[in-house]
Amino acid sequence: MSYMNSLDLARWQFAITTVYHFLFVPITIGLSFLVAGLQTAWYRTGKLHYLRATKFFGRLFLINFAIGVVTGIVQEFQFGMNWSSYSRFVGDIFGAPLAMEGLLAFFLESTFLGLWIFGWDRLPKKLHLASIWIAATGTLLSAYFILAANAWMQHPVGYVYNAAKNRAELTDIIEVLTQKTALATFFHTIPSAAFTAGAFVAGISAYLMIKGKDLQMSRSTFKLGAITMLISFIIVGVTGDLTARVMTEQQPMKMAAAEALYTTQTGAPFSLLTIGTLDGSKSVFQIGLPSMLSFMSTGDFNGVVEGVNDLEAQYDKQYGAGNYTPNIPLAYWSFRLMIGFGIIGAFFALLALWQMRKGGSPKGKWFGPAMLSLPFLPLLANSFGWIFTETARQPWAVFGLIKTADGVSTVVSAGAVLFTMIAFTVLYGILAFIEVGLILRVIKMGPAEELDYADPQLGGSSDKPLVMSY
Amino acid sequence: MTFQTVWFLLIAVLWVGYFILEGFDFGVGMLLRFVSRNEADRRAVLTTLGPVWDGNEVWLLVAGGATFAAFPEWYATLFSGFYLPLFLILVSLIVRGVAFEYRSKYGKAQWRQRWDIAILISSAIPALLWGVAFANIVKGVPIEKASNGSLEYVGGFFNLLNPYALLGGVVTLTVFLTHGAVFLSLKTTGGIRERSRSIAKITGLIAAVSCVGFLTWTNLLFAEINVRVLSLSVVIALLWVAGMAANLVGREGWAFIFSAGAIATFVSTLFYALYPRVMPSSLGAQFDLTITNASSTDYTLKVMTYVAVVLTPLVLIYQGWTYWVFRKRVSASQISNPDHGVLDVVSHTLHK
Repeated sequence: MSYMNSLDLARWQFAITTVYHFLFVPITIGLSFLVAGLQTAWYRTGKLHYLRATKFFGRLFLINFAIGVVTGIVQEFQFGMNWSSYSRFVGDIFGAPLAMEGLLAFFLESTFLGLWIFGWDRLPKKLHLASIWIAATGTLLSAYFILAANAWMQHPVGYVYNAAKNRAELTDIIEVLTQKTALATFFHTIPSAAFTAGAFVAGISAYLMIKGKDLQMSRSTFKLGAITMLISFIIVGVTGDLTARVMTEQQPMKMAAAEALYTTQTGAPFSLLTIGTLDGSKSVFQIGLPSMLSFMSTGDFNGVVEGVNDLEAQYDKQYGAGNYTPNIPLAYWSFRLMIGFGIIGAFFALLALWQMRKGGSPKGKWFGPAMLSLPFLPLLANSFGWIFTETARQPWAVFGLIKTADGVSTVVSAGAVLFTMIAFTVLYGILAFIEVGLILRVIKMGPAEELDYADPQLGGSSDKPLVMSY
Repeated sequence: MTFQTVWFLLIAVLWVGYFILEGFDFGVGMLLRFVSRNEADRRAVLTTLGPVWDGNEVWLLVAGGATFAAFPEWYATLFSGFYLPLFLILVSLIVRGVAFEYRSKYGKAQWRQRWDIAILISSAIPALLWGVAFANIVKGVPIEKASNGSLEYVGGFFNLLNPYALLGGVVTLTVFLTHGAVFLSLKTTGGIRERSRSIAKITGLIAAVSCVGFLTWTNLLFAEINVRVLSLSVVIALLWVAGMAANLVGREGWAFIFSAGAIATFVSTLFYALYPRVMPSSLGAQFDLTITNASSTDYTLKVMTYVAVVLTPLVLIYQGWTYWVFRKRVSASQISNPDHGVLDVVSHTLHK
């Protein structure tokens, strides 16, 4: 490839800005609930280590949240900037959940988080506690609407195609918001977010435990994080299975690509890893589970899984001659990395919890490095999951309706896209550097002493020192 | 009234809300270093925005989402057409948000100085560029029918930097600067309050002059006198003068209400001048994007109308309540250990 055109660049830009944004989103969603839970525990029991935990993880939460918010702004506008043809084609449908997300979720999150951050000495305890729960609910609503919009790209429903205007038009909003693709994705993504936040909390608590800092708090938050991981891991597995079946039914090419299965097969095996090329020729070495792919796709060990070659032939007939095969090695490996990183994380959590039973402590050289890696494992799993689900839908932007290549802005030059892509990448890189620096600083200082306090007067007095200031 | 008109109005309302709310955020951001004498002052200034800036910015995100949902052709043509200005605005909003959140977390003087400069620049750029963008929309830009049948902006970047549009940018910049100063004088005490009031006197005058120039020019854009646009322009002028007078005599609450009112009327005037077009073409009325040819289907608009009718009042209530909760003035003396990072200070202030 001698040069990139504006389509390639726009795709890269979307990938960079979106994957980056989604590093922060799951932590925000999951951690908002964990912090809300910790504050509730303090509110109910009055035990100060819960207050210390609330404040400590609250600080980390806010540092993370800031980047999630600001990188989310780009998400709202880049469809119009780089994907204006896509926006014209889908706006009648795709815009609605985005607008609802803003009106219902973004306002809730931002307003009530502001109240929570600055409200410690301004709101009665109960109302202050309610504000973090409301903000957390806002993150769920936000996820729901944006996942419904994405689900519509995977499996368009509730629309008609208007040939005169060359666009898809909404006929049933309820169907768009409640189709099973949206539900399956939501119940797969949200526990993944809990898993991510659990790993974040557990990994950091483990560091505090190793350093012997605030053991009363760090042992209890470690358990909270690890147990959250294990519970959500099970749910992620179950809903991942549902998602796979929905996907096989709606986008069989994606499932075929995930296994690099070229010919249709009954009782198809699932390979754990492959050495050699994934181009359909015989592989050098492969470890596989017999009939597993059939079971994952259809719920039946003898189920039929369609292969890439057969689907390609079928799509050529259905949609006109073209290339309907996604990037197979990318699909194959991202699918396995998603699952693999999740399993490793859950295994670490389980092992540590096992060693901590009956008041014990994690033993062995494995603990430090494992805990250091813990917060990063779900981030990798999440990223590979989305890379899989988005790239293996290609060449479609909306499956069967509009190809990615037909969605790009025609009036934006490759130079302009290249310029903004470099600028966003550099800016995001700098922000990541600063963010990680601040997070490490907070972790190193550890939880601070906290004193219990009475309900403040609503409004507060003018001359008292502020508990929270910028 | 058609659903298209309803959504044109709703989007106008969203921009009114956005410019009133983030308008003073921009102003405060630009004034940060100029109304403060020390760290405690600067932290007090930023604390006036702390609980609200993010909620204020959501008005923009919702305006963007609503435009996507209700007028996809407008959304697509505008943001692909005004590509670089929008990019500069986005980068500014990213830097500014992070700067607000991170700046005081750490105590080192150099760290804070750099964020302060970032806040200054990233507040000034959008304050200027929103005016440039809206002036261009009102005046009309080169839009043509592309080979695929859609109406596309064909003007390039430098076409957007015409004198009328730049004057529009000066208007929003100086108006937001003044609006921010008025907000600060209402929300702070002592030296910050005094300095903000003095600054508002001067910037208010500059804003008034550029505003008169811009509105006169806007009225001249019409082939014959448009009585309503003309009378709205007069209302803007009166509100602004009332705001400046209130500031002069130290009625800070009234000054803020009047400057917010002037901004609201200003945005309404621009939308009124547009209606029923959303992006007129300078190459002929047949290429105008209007509420009809840019809109979604009636079904989508109807669904979205229900959603908006239920949710907008709720949003107004709880966002308004936030301002009530944080209604007290912030004074520099309330900032304990101003030179230390927020993260470095162990909080012992929560006494019984």
